[in-house]
Amino acid sequence: MPKITYIDLDGAAHACDVANGLSVMEGAVANGVPGILAICGGSCACSTCHAYVDSAWMARVGAAADIEDATLDLANDRRPESRLTCQIQVRPELDGLIVHVAKND
Amino acid sequence: MPHIVVVGAGQAGLQVVESLRRGGYTDALTLIGDEPWLPYQRPPLSKKFLLEEMDPTRLYFRQTEHFNKQDVTLRLGISVTQLNRATCELTLSDGSIVRYDRLALATGSRVRTLPVPGADDRRVCYLRGLDDAVRIKARLLETSRVVIVGAGFIGLEIAAVARALGKDVTVIEAQGRVMPRVVAPLVSAYFQRVHESHGVRVMTDAPVQAVVNSGAGLAVRLRDATEISAELIIVGIGVVPNTELAAAAGIICDSGIVVDEFARTNDSAIVAAGDCTRHRNTLFTEPHRLESVQNAVDQAKVAAASLLDAPVPYAQVPWFWSDQYDIKLQMAGISTGYDDLVLRGAPESGAFSVFYYAGERLLAVDSINRPAEHMVARRLLLAGTKIAKHSAADVAVDLKSVI
Repeated sequence: MPKITYIDLDGAAHACDVANGLSVMEGAVANGVPGILAICGGSCACSTCHAYVDSAWMARVGAAADIEDATLDLANDRRPESRLTCQIQVRPELDGLIVHVAKND
Repeated sequence: MPHIVVVGAGQAGLQVVESLRRGGYTDALTLIGDEPWLPYQRPPLSKKFLLEEMDPTRLYFRQTEHFNKQDVTLRLGISVTQLNRATCELTLSDGSIVRYDRLALATGSRVRTLPVPGADDRRVCYLRGLDDAVRIKARLLETSRVVIVGAGFIGLEIAAVARALGKDVTVIEAQGRVMPRVVAPLVSAYFQRVHESHGVRVMTDAPVQAVVNSGAGLAVRLRDATEISAELIIVGIGVVPNTELAAAAGIICDSGIVVDEFARTNDSAIVAAGDCTRHRNTLFTEPHRLESVQNAVDQAKVAAASLLDAPVPYAQVPWFWSDQYDIKLQMAGISTGYDDLVLRGAPESGAFSVFYYAGERLLAVDSINRPAEHMVARRLLLAGTKIAKHSAADVAVDLKSVI
């Protein structure tokens, strides 16, 4: 099972095993990672599962699709590494992925 | 030690709890919910959850451990049968009594039932909670002909899922068009065409008169005595707010628990949030009731702030979305009372927005596969920024430049 490391707003690292096929958001919620709120339930409608992909992982994770890109406009402090974690599907090549939780409120 | 009790463990109730802890409340906190599940995400129930192989627990917002860490006492699978404001006590369905110092009511809403003969057949389903979704999902597997009564968001989302699962689908709507209460006729027409192009039979102006037995299955009987046969009937004709607990305790209700812009009821110890409220939002002159995730979350934050004696008024733009096939409909604002429509983009292109105006004032924007315009619309509406109709209509005008 791929391991995803979430760095929360306090800098604490949460290393979690997340099954392939789940989203990075679902992995965070299932493991109680603070700060990933996901109030729309992963519909790419709310931007409250916003995180920054660690720069070393940007290429492998890939860019946001159009609808996510537009939704990210609502997020706090958007950066080039910004992604909505509900839109990143966990897959074998993301084993070891590190994401930094954004300020979601 | 002070004790805050939250009644209702849906999106609003959970948000009250989360906001209280985040806001620094460290005393006793209890969340009571009548469903056995941990608080879960409701929007996927009519979408992804119905369509895909998915364990119900994947919908949980938080795991038990989270509530333990937050020192939140969960009382799940238990309903509140009585609220006694004189003694600040709640009576629960297991007979126990819970005392509160402050109380948040997030009792939500329940489905409106089809008021016709035969509708009590157990093959007539409603979708509200996770149990309903599990049942409908199982029933969908064993049926091929589905009739959906009501062409609102829930009905149309289920229709899209049922078609994706290869079912024969008929949608029956009492009024003259789909989604009649919430969108303009041109948006209704667009969605009706989309559903028909996916093979859904859409019947409008067709109030159901009865549910009858028909061979091995069921049928719905229409006004002209036409019978539409079905193996499974799913009804989605709206919800009614759960106000009984509050009303019986003398809290003022009027098609919802009446609250002010601080989510306060007429009892200073009691706030309310979410689907169950008829509330004030300072962006609007009239009170209203909204059944949406946005309202549940934003109003719950307001309710929590009031419980923490740090009141902030509710001043948020309502927004909503619906996923049908590969189409995302996103709505910002409230279009009630519009007198003019401005179309931006062409419906035939499958991506467009509709701007609702009253005079020169923008009331609401519906965006179909135009997420960027939806996001801009929310900002325009929040700021009250004027946008001229000719600018709204002109796709060459970058809306972001208007903000």
